[in-house]
Amino acid sequence: MAVVDRFVQPIQSSEDVVRVRQITRERAVAQGFSLVDQTKLVTAASELARNTLEYGGGGEVTVETLNDGGRKGVRLTFSDKGPGIENVELALKDGYTTGNGLGLGLSGAKRLSNEFELHSKPGEGTRVMIARWR
Amino acid sequence: MEKIPILRMGRFLLVTIQVDMHDRLALQLQDDLTDRIVKDRAHGVLIDISSLEVVDSFIGRMISNIAAMASVLDARTVVVGMQPAVAITLVELGLSLEGVRTALNVDKGMELLREEVAAAGRV
Repeated sequence: MAVVDRFVQPIQSSEDVVRVRQITRERAVAQGFSLVDQTKLVTAASELARNTLEYGGGGEVTVETLNDGGRKGVRLTFSDKGPGIENVELALKDGYTTGNGLGLGLSGAKRLSNEFELHSKPGEGTRVMIARWR
Repeated sequence: MEKIPILRMGRFLLVTIQVDMHDRLALQLQDDLTDRIVKDRAHGVLIDISSLEVVDSFIGRMISNIAAMASVLDARTVVVGMQPAVAITLVELGLSLEGVRTALNVDKGMELLREEVAAAGRV
């Protein structure tokens, strides 16, 4: 699998969350995603970018366009050096939140993606990778 | 500071969201709308989201909040123009927009608002 293009976007403000949505949309369009697939990926990106900002205290996202033998995809890796997630299983449950959101961010982003990986260590931070293929 | 304009049409307030809102802007709209419902003694609010390409859980919650606050202030809310791709994504995300009335376009939305307001005996 080849990484065609890589871009790192800092996430330090709610304006940056908007930028993450725009960059994700741009890459999804360039990879030939259908409108529904674009919307799903951008929505997942928005949820995770907000998590990075609100719970991780800011961080960054690496946006990559992928080509796997002609199959085209977009991969987003969000990372922060925040407090981390105590109970990953619980954090992935619909409706569970330690903040004041709806608790749909992580679980929703997982449903909207083809691939999902979550690594977190209390005190060290969180890394969430999602990918969606055309 | 940037703001989403709120137009008044008789007893109704009309909002067309045409920018990709960051979270503070969405919260600002929520506050502004509640203020205006009281100030203008509005009976209904119509929110046109036909230009919105993404409705995530935050924007979804804002829409539900506006409808709930408007309801407490004796005003009805109708959301119109949701793009099909947005609707599909919302459902998969797990958001149901409970308590929010929706219509396909502004015309149908205004019709629905008038009916609702009439049914509530506030012509």
